[in-house]
Amino acid sequence: MARLSMGVYIARRLLLAVGVIIGVSLITFILAYLVPADPARVYAGSNASAATVASIREQLGLNRPLPVQYLAYVGRALHGDFGTSYKLQTPVLSAIESRFPYTAALAGAGILVELLIGIPIGIISAARPRSWLDRGAMGFAMLGVSAPQFWLGLVLLYTFGYLWPIFPLGLAQSPSSIVLPAITVGLSGGVWYARVLRSAMLETLNADYVRTARAKGLGRLIVILRHALPNAITPIVTQLGLDMAYFLGGIVVVESVFGWPGVGQMAYQAIQNDDIPLIMGTVLFSAIIIVLINIFIDVLYAVLNPRVVHS
Amino acid sequence: MTPETTGKRAAARLTRAIALILLVALPSSVLRTSGSARAQGRAADTPVRGGILTQGFQNDLATLDPAIGYDWNNWPAEKMVFDGLLDYNQGTTLEPRLAASMPTVSKDGRTYTFTLRKGVLFQNGRELTSADVAYSINRVLDPKTKSPGSSFFLSIAGAQAMANGKAATASGIKVLSRYVIQFTLTQPDTTFLNVLAMNFAYIVPKEVVAKEGANFGHAPVGTGPFLLKQWIAGQKLVFVRNPHYFYEGLPYLDGVTFLIGLAPEVALLRLESGQLDMLADPIPAADFVSIKNNPKYAGDLVRYVQPETTYLTMNTQIAPFNNVKVRQAVNMAIDKTRVVQLSAGRGVVADQILPPLMPGYDPSYKGYAHDPAAAKKLLAQAGYPNGFSTQLYVLNVDPQPRIAESFQSDLAQIGIKVSIVPLASATLVDQAGTPKKAAMVWSGGEAWLQDFPDPSDFYGPILGCDSAVQGGWNWPFFCDKKLDAMAAHLKVMPDSAARYAGYKTLYSDVMAQAPWVPVINNVAYVMHSPQIHGNATDFTHNVHTFFYERLWKH
Repeated sequence: MARLSMGVYIARRLLLAVGVIIGVSLITFILAYLVPADPARVYAGSNASAATVASIREQLGLNRPLPVQYLAYVGRALHGDFGTSYKLQTPVLSAIESRFPYTAALAGAGILVELLIGIPIGIISAARPRSWLDRGAMGFAMLGVSAPQFWLGLVLLYTFGYLWPIFPLGLAQSPSSIVLPAITVGLSGGVWYARVLRSAMLETLNADYVRTARAKGLGRLIVILRHALPNAITPIVTQLGLDMAYFLGGIVVVESVFGWPGVGQMAYQAIQNDDIPLIMGTVLFSAIIIVLINIFIDVLYAVLNPRVVHS
Repeated sequence: MTPETTGKRAAARLTRAIALILLVALPSSVLRTSGSARAQGRAADTPVRGGILTQGFQNDLATLDPAIGYDWNNWPAEKMVFDGLLDYNQGTTLEPRLAASMPTVSKDGRTYTFTLRKGVLFQNGRELTSADVAYSINRVLDPKTKSPGSSFFLSIAGAQAMANGKAATASGIKVLSRYVIQFTLTQPDTTFLNVLAMNFAYIVPKEVVAKEGANFGHAPVGTGPFLLKQWIAGQKLVFVRNPHYFYEGLPYLDGVTFLIGLAPEVALLRLESGQLDMLADPIPAADFVSIKNNPKYAGDLVRYVQPETTYLTMNTQIAPFNNVKVRQAVNMAIDKTRVVQLSAGRGVVADQILPPLMPGYDPSYKGYAHDPAAAKKLLAQAGYPNGFSTQLYVLNVDPQPRIAESFQSDLAQIGIKVSIVPLASATLVDQAGTPKKAAMVWSGGEAWLQDFPDPSDFYGPILGCDSAVQGGWNWPFFCDKKLDAMAAHLKVMPDSAARYAGYKTLYSDVMAQAPWVPVINNVAYVMHSPQIHGNATDFTHNVHTFFYERLWKH
């Protein structure tokens, strides 16, 4: 009975997801065309004559009515053809495919940094509340959350790529190239997790059952790790999922500063250039990722708490 | 997210904003220190064979297909892989390249006959013939190719029929024999040879285009001094020497590598630490002054006045800019030296339409003097003693909005109240090219850069009646039939002193009508490492920008 409900639940979520994707595609398409810019002029460049631009506009099919263009786009998309980027002159799908592994690697590394920073600092702070260690850690947390990623990235590059060249100066030429961008991506999230973990754990540490455990003679560290941490981890797991979805959509600022060849940097350029096929492709790609990850998290919750399925 | 966590995130955002304001106040020069030691020893002046030149780019190249590429990014790279019938020496004089000699031209100036060099090989091993030349030009004219440069070739007989879809090839392009090709024009055109030296006229092999289709731009094959060995999209391009290149002694370099995705600040750090040989993008504004004043870099900076003019347009179809006195008054009100300062010194004051290096530039022409008092008087004479309100459209990338504010304050002095409209590039271009839309446009960041070194190039596309249409680049929508006729006559005049004298008259007549305020000609500084050598014009070639085949490394 539970399995059937779970299957129905997933099917319902996937159906809703399809609706969301269609909605996103429609809104993006309309917005891209509403922007007062001429994609044919972007394609042709600034020095092309008006007559040439008009001819190119015709060749690109931009003079057809908007609904016709949209339906043609959807028809081709269902066959895996997401059009050709006006600026990059490559098929949109292959452009995204070639860049996605880099975004995925950076997203994963960023999550790792978030956990490596957040969990130890959160535990230490909760273990010794209001100590110098705690105050120092929370101060560091406030700085970490406040630092703009563009600035942080440049400072890290300057310090560890130029002054003391331990890491490469940007790009993705070697495995160690991922370290500095991952720190830039993960720092603000990581210190935020430290704060959340600290608060949640301190709350738990004051609960009756924990006091009982301490009264029975259990060491403080064991109490923290076995009782407080598991309960405090729930908000972090939720946020991790959202962070992963957000990162996988492309971390524009960090990718641009480090020259990390991911999807985000490409999406930003596409918007600057009113490169409609590429805008559609990257937005749809982000939307699909976010929707799928959200479904995954919700299914995970449903597995942990079956009451969700029946609501 | 719970309201509690939303509140925490909001607090974090506020703190981030405050931190950003504090951090931006810290000058970047405080962060800069001496950096790593530089390699000593400058080479002799004779070129040396060997070495790989590594250059940093912020943006990936769009394409290497010479029929399609049309920006400063891909043109120098296309010159590595391809050749045309003609090319420029280090100045603006044409010389034969794939052609064995300059063409014979018929007495009526309409027929050009070229004999090709024999034994020139494409990079796939096949010999170049005149059939390849005919194929390449016809390909540009074919509407299906979507070439942005097709309009340059419309003077060829039969080209217009192709553009209209009525013919598959141009009747005026004739293959006379294996190595002889002939072009017939509808009327004489002095700029035709300049057009044949453009990238659009570079020669491509038919069988490779047929095989690669739309991918030809990423897998190009030409006759040029370098082959494209590898292109990892968004990351790097690797060019290697063409061992069978026909031009004796060239190229000097073994190869050229482009590293893509480098923000200018990071590219500069790489250059200073010896990991890059040359920057493709301008030195970041925040670092430029300290780099320029540092004696260590004196030999590594090449300065050149770009063949472009940046100007402020006034829409002659929108009142009160339909009144020539108003336009002249605006010309007199603008402080151009302040704009040069706002551009970090990377510009020279422009007083006319043509840039200084363009043939036909008139060094004795002085233009409108900066005289706000006289401007205010002229405005009153025009019927606007109390000024008027208007809008100024500008690119939203620094320093253009700050320059717009400078114009705003200049015009306020004579009673004109300007509201500034900052826009992204594609939108700015669209609005500026829409009739009766944008009263004033500052072309900073979208300035007119020459297509080839001939004065006709600065009239037709930006001042001619044919371009005063939706989607055109004639942003003042200026249309003077008499001046159009003069320009058309000059375009076909044979190359002579009289022709250039004619252009001086044409452009001073345009300035009398004042559709623009010409403000500055941009000055570029190319920065390279001490290991890279070449003549100044090889780093800043008038047409090719980076003339890679003539650079060497030691």
